Amino acid sequence: MPKKITIEPVTRVEGHGKVTIQIDDAGQVRETRLHIVEFRGFERFVQGRPYWEAPVLVQRLCGICPVSHHLAAAKALDVIVGAGTGMGLTAVGEKMRRLMHYGQIFQSHVLHFFHLSSPDFLFGIDADPAIRNIIGVAMHHKDLAVQGVMMRKYGQEVIKYTAGKKIHGTGAIPGGINKNLSIEERDILLHGADPLNADKMVEWSVGALAFFKAYHKNNKTLVDTFAEFPSNHLSIVRADGAMDLYNGVLRAVDTEGTRILDDVDCQDYDKYIEEEVRNWSYMKFPYLKHLGKEKGWYRVGPLARLNTCDFIPTPLAQMEFEEFKAYTHGKPNNMTLHYHWARLIETLHAAEEIRNLLKDPDLQNEDLVVKGKKSHRGVGVIEAPRGTLFHHYEINDNDQITMANLIVSTTNNNQPMNVAVNYTAKSFMNGQKEITEGMMNAVEVAIRAYDPCLSCATHALGQMPLEMTLVNENNEIIDCKTK
Amino acid sequence: MTNKIKIKIDGKEIITDQGKTIVEAAHENGIFIPTLCNFAGALPKGCCRMCTIKINNRFMTSCTTPAAHGMEVENNTIEINDFRKGIIELLFVSGNHFCPSCEKSGNCELQALAYRYQMMVPRFPYDFPIKSVDGSSPYIIKDQNRCILCKRCIKTIKDEHGRHYFAFKERGHKLEVLLDEKMGKEISSALAKKAMENCPVGSIIYKEIGFEVPIGQRKYDHKPIGSEIEN
Repeated sequence: MPKKITIEPVTRVEGHGKVTIQIDDAGQVRETRLHIVEFRGFERFVQGRPYWEAPVLVQRLCGICPVSHHLAAAKALDVIVGAGTGMGLTAVGEKMRRLMHYGQIFQSHVLHFFHLSSPDFLFGIDADPAIRNIIGVAMHHKDLAVQGVMMRKYGQEVIKYTAGKKIHGTGAIPGGINKNLSIEERDILLHGADPLNADKMVEWSVGALAFFKAYHKNNKTLVDTFAEFPSNHLSIVRADGAMDLYNGVLRAVDTEGTRILDDVDCQDYDKYIEEEVRNWSYMKFPYLKHLGKEKGWYRVGPLARLNTCDFIPTPLAQMEFEEFKAYTHGKPNNMTLHYHWARLIETLHAAEEIRNLLKDPDLQNEDLVVKGKKSHRGVGVIEAPRGTLFHHYEINDNDQITMANLIVSTTNNNQPMNVAVNYTAKSFMNGQKEITEGMMNAVEVAIRAYDPCLSCATHALGQMPLEMTLVNENNEIIDCKTK
Repeated sequence: MTNKIKIKIDGKEIITDQGKTIVEAAHENGIFIPTLCNFAGALPKGCCRMCTIKINNRFMTSCTTPAAHGMEVENNTIEINDFRKGIIELLFVSGNHFCPSCEKSGNCELQALAYRYQMMVPRFPYDFPIKSVDGSSPYIIKDQNRCILCKRCIKTIKDEHGRHYFAFKERGHKLEVLLDEKMGKEISSALAKKAMENCPVGSIIYKEIGFEVPIGQRKYDHKPIGSEIEN
């Protein structure tokens, strides 16, 4: 008898989603879908608002990565106020924003690895869910849990001193920033009491990478083959090909590493990217126009960024990058669980960047804002923790927003996550007589690797129930399990 | 020479000049009575009722009531504070006040009073009215979503001939404070800034300077409203 399995809600991800898996009479997975069941509407209700309100308003999309939305909107408005397309700000303006951004990348990546994903690595995908969570990590691996908490705290402190507060600050304004970094604030972040200082964060980032690499060594088959599938990869890179999470040009490569989007100006993103709507999800499906819906979808985020960039401009992260690239002989890496590896390399890069920036005297400059000739359209693109984030605004002569288009990172990963769910469901469930909790968690592990922010709003942290419903071909419920 | 009189506020005797209103007398003597529509230099009207006090068991507005010798005033009582909190809640539910994205946040008197009187969730249902935003002036955005109809802009923002830039339009629940279309286009930058400063909420906004004051340096970031008055 055909079955339909529903995993709702998906746990240990940001926001609310559900997975449905259709299994036919022969026990084979027929169809899978990752549904995003929330609707936000920010693009609509930002219309009519004064444009300078956008960076503060739209960041309310998310409680985990508000800085990314804050900065992407501010970058778009830089264009509108005539402050250039990324490099036109004063030195203190750009560097304060970079510091804020790398603080955000650092805390978000740490949150994802330690709080959300490490339970799967430490206890196993099919371990008892009562232990397989952050509380279990705290009880059985205290040192690791403390590192995770303190590293996240450090990232949040960086945000506080640059944006005004840890969540939903106001630091970036059109054309620049509203504060510089005082000497006292710099010293707290650079030389704070152990462990909250820049050197310790670099040291612990190296340690987290070592932990993952050891896990990889002992679980090579799982890490290398779990939901591995070919895809395109997209991100911004610096003009010279370096990894740059704050500003750059759009680059995409295919599964062989051939460039399919060759360093194009972010202002022209809508010439190259289109979004498809499907009637079973509130999340759109972006794709590269010239390749079409079938072949044009792409992955974003840490894995994609390491596949598109040529090098990482900080020494320790560059060494790790070289090892990462050597693993696939320089070709793009398509292994879903390697997202974690890539994410930890970026965590190290962020820690190094924060330390470098804190030593830069430009952060104490007073020329905070620059403005030029106003225009009516601006696009801001940034590499958020979860991937490429597009903000596009248009305004009228009265300084009110008339149009907003946001393509958030997780939206870009919509199709890849659906493909990953399909691969995992088939791999773990095909021909099985009984669907176990461990099998369902495997599906969640595949989604979790992408660190999706499904609502870009709330954070569940694994406390919500996981419900599995078995239904017959007439959609009648024949069994229901809750963990 | 002015005549000195004595009154009592919550049992504390204070001395003031005859002719002063109760709110003036209180503030001079370090006693906080909250106000919204009352504004220095403008004739008090008592329209917002925030400054309500009790004299002889009767509710009065302290911005319009002159102090009289021997008067005994109730101000900081559970009953009156809850009444004031109710007014704040009504103002919140009758407009669209979204503090998280408002540039006046931290400098807003309505928000500061809500904090002071510990408003958590309004006891009244939200109205969610549909309001307009007028950005046709080169310097000002008039956001009707946040207007509390206090008239401070109407009373204080005038040109050299005494003509008002702002005026009431319609009546009852349709009542709005409008910026005159023609005069709004001619308003000076300095007067536009003054209009924003005089507005107790974020309804009058000077264009393009939003959020330039960082969190931590705003008026009510560290001390609650009224602390500048209280001894």
